[in-house]
Amino acid sequence: MKLLGLLAGCALMAGAASNDTFLIRDADVYPVTGPMMQGVSVLVQDGKIADIGARLTAPKGIRIVEAKGLRVYPGMIDSATELGLQEIESVRETEDTGEIGQFMPQLRALAAVNPASEHFPVVRVNGITSVMTYPSSGSTGAGGGGGGRFGGGERQFISGQAALIHTDGWTWDDMAVKPYAALHLIFPAMPRAGRGGVTGNPDATPAAVAGGAAGGAAQARQAYQTQIDSINQFFDDARVYQKAKAANLPGFRTDLKFEAMIPVLDGKVPVAISASRASAIHDAVQFAGKQNIKIVILDPHDLKQVAAELKEKNIPVILGRVLALPEYEDDAYDSSHTLAAEAYRAGVKFALGTFGNEFVRNLPYEAAAAVAFGLPYDEALKAITINPAQIWGVADQVGSVEKGKWADLMITNGDPLEIQTQISHLYMKGKEVELTNRQIELYHKYLNRP
Amino acid sequence: MRIAIAALLALAPLGAQTVAIQNATILTVTHGTIKGSILVRDGKIAEVGDKVMVPAGATVIDATGQYVIPGMVDAHTHIAADGGVNEGSISDSSMVDIRDVLNPEDIALYRALAGGETTIHILHGSANAVGGQCVTIKTRWGKDAQGLIFQGAPPGIKFALGENPKRSGNPTGRTATGAAPTARYPATRMGVEDTIRQAFTDAKAYQAEWNEYRAKVARGENAIPPRKDLRLEPLVEVLQGTRIVNCHGYRADELLMMLHVAKDFGFKIDLFVHCLEGYKIADEIAAQGAGVSTFSDWWIYKVEAADAIPYNAAILAKKGILVSLNSDDAELMRHMNIEAAKIMKYGGLSENDALAMVTLNPAKQLRVDKWVGSIDAGKDADLAIYDKYPLSASAKVLKVMIDGTVYFDRDKALADNIKAQQDRQKLIEKEKQNQTRQQPARRPTV
Repeated sequence: MKLLGLLAGCALMAGAASNDTFLIRDADVYPVTGPMMQGVSVLVQDGKIADIGARLTAPKGIRIVEAKGLRVYPGMIDSATELGLQEIESVRETEDTGEIGQFMPQLRALAAVNPASEHFPVVRVNGITSVMTYPSSGSTGAGGGGGGRFGGGERQFISGQAALIHTDGWTWDDMAVKPYAALHLIFPAMPRAGRGGVTGNPDATPAAVAGGAAGGAAQARQAYQTQIDSINQFFDDARVYQKAKAANLPGFRTDLKFEAMIPVLDGKVPVAISASRASAIHDAVQFAGKQNIKIVILDPHDLKQVAAELKEKNIPVILGRVLALPEYEDDAYDSSHTLAAEAYRAGVKFALGTFGNEFVRNLPYEAAAAVAFGLPYDEALKAITINPAQIWGVADQVGSVEKGKWADLMITNGDPLEIQTQISHLYMKGKEVELTNRQIELYHKYLNRP
Repeated sequence: MRIAIAALLALAPLGAQTVAIQNATILTVTHGTIKGSILVRDGKIAEVGDKVMVPAGATVIDATGQYVIPGMVDAHTHIAADGGVNEGSISDSSMVDIRDVLNPEDIALYRALAGGETTIHILHGSANAVGGQCVTIKTRWGKDAQGLIFQGAPPGIKFALGENPKRSGNPTGRTATGAAPTARYPATRMGVEDTIRQAFTDAKAYQAEWNEYRAKVARGENAIPPRKDLRLEPLVEVLQGTRIVNCHGYRADELLMMLHVAKDFGFKIDLFVHCLEGYKIADEIAAQGAGVSTFSDWWIYKVEAADAIPYNAAILAKKGILVSLNSDDAELMRHMNIEAAKIMKYGGLSENDALAMVTLNPAKQLRVDKWVGSIDAGKDADLAIYDKYPLSASAKVLKVMIDGTVYFDRDKALADNIKAQQDRQKLIEKEKQNQTRQQPARRPTV
């Protein structure tokens, strides 16, 4: 018995020495998955939440973080960014999204993530601890550009593997939460009459759908169908490859593209499909049924028209920016603001994404704007914490303050959806992240300029 | 006396109404936050306070639990300018005027109104070192172009520094004929300075010619008037201080250059727009009394925005500079209250100082603060009513009033939109039927 106590003491001392073991004392904990717990403590051991409760005895020698009157929330998750892959949008050399090629499932966003990007410290001081980063601009929505982000090639359908990453780490290996969180597919779309192209995307031209609007509606529809056929063909080919591999057929040769498709065909990795318009979303759902794959719809502008179908098939969506312009001139002025509330009322599972890099730090305010326009507050908070964790298959690790999960936590002096709330501590995997960045350094430097 | 009566008669049809907004929390900007009422008469704020007597027959708006702020003022927008905002073919385009291309049917006007903006400055673009003339309007959705114009507001002009004006000097790609495109001077920040200095040198000489001519006329001498120059006229107004100077710039070096130009030619810069590195030369900007209109947290969308920090507005304000927040964007202008709230977060400004950045400060910069920008008796009744505390992303606009008239009412807007969507559907159905009927005639003849 005595020996056991001694051993336990040793273990605790080892724990106390590492920086990912500590106790947050006397905080109001908002787990997101359950009701608020007032004046409780959170014990973090080896980066994980070991216990939460009112009467936790602090192991001897453990570091204590006093949090009386403060709140503990899970770190927030942005489900659509290009963080680490794009530094300055207008500078080609700093841009690593949008590779050339029609079907490129083998491309890995994770391995191109620059951990030293200035974007990471900027977003994490606002409490964003995880993001989905895509190999191609998720914001191209229904249309997508001509081959690759910079044009000059064929229209791209599969852009590669999106990764779920932490916003802190020495290497991208450190940062990875889920290296292959989704395969990104940009679904074809019919050209929209009178809008000068396939979408509002400035890269898109009518030629993006071969034949284009110039050839008349029937021809455009045929071109659209041909594109969907080619995607189906690619998936069918991948399945043939998978069978050939399993059967170990003579002459079988490894194909990197088809290898990358196997987890998708097995239903282990979802396909994140950019599809904004009702017809494209509907066809994407049909496609998923036919191929028997798991999908997530990105940026569904026309959600309302297809909500019942999405609900029935249990397909989650990633909603674009709440503070966005309406799609059509005669839409209700608040049509983008109310989309999250529509999804909620229809029973469609959703998370929020900022679809870019510049405004990732405003993710909680996007959620707040959805509340202003009808979304229940708790659902807004879920849309940037537990919902994305569930959608991307990591709800056992992140997305809420619960025993056994990574300690991705923020300590705040108020409601994180309110702009004036300040974050005093931020943790990723239990490691405290310094709440500073180059912008804050420049602030102090120039505020105190002699 | 006769003139006064005529003026009253002219006003009577549109402004005779009296409106009382009651039981509201009123963020006045000039004298703090009060719980009480606002009495609006003849399009003007007649009274503000906790004990306002409401005259019989007044229309009452019950704003219990709601918040009223001054209609917001945006010093930098590009909406409602039909057919583009850049006369980009030349580097010195001070003869063109946004006033000539005002489009009152741009839906962006309505959306800005629905976001609580009532006064906006519409700027020429930033493709040219010396840009075009700018106009201040009110977002009176439904009025014609003339009806939008903010009477009494001085006109503006735009200058531009840095990446945008030098872009045409560094053309990429090929023209339609396959030839290399012609470069337009300037291609560097040096050339931008030269272009602006040349324009003002010309304007000074032109001004002198006219002064000499007027002096001769005054002396009774026989004089021939100088040839009128539409490019130089607005620059002379800048030298005279009667035209608002907007200057687009990002980096501290180019902003400082423009401060030198302004000093050398003897004019004041009313607004440095963008000014994302303004915080690096706050002392220099303050010393010359220039104003700044910036973003809250936009950054890194191009190289000259890489050092942008969300603390810019706070640093500049702390150094005594008149700072406003602007949108430069048809979406951002729908929620400038959120942008103001960010300045409380980044740099810790007070609620009032933050709110002033989207109301009174830009009104001062546009020289319309005697009419708008705060909730004071005597000013235009331009007001935005929110459902919740407005310095937050969880609040929304319920009603917007301009000159005492409700131009936006959320309940009515939603009801109208249902009707509009039904009408739209009917038109679509009708068009489908038309197409079915016309089908045979459109069959190919091969």
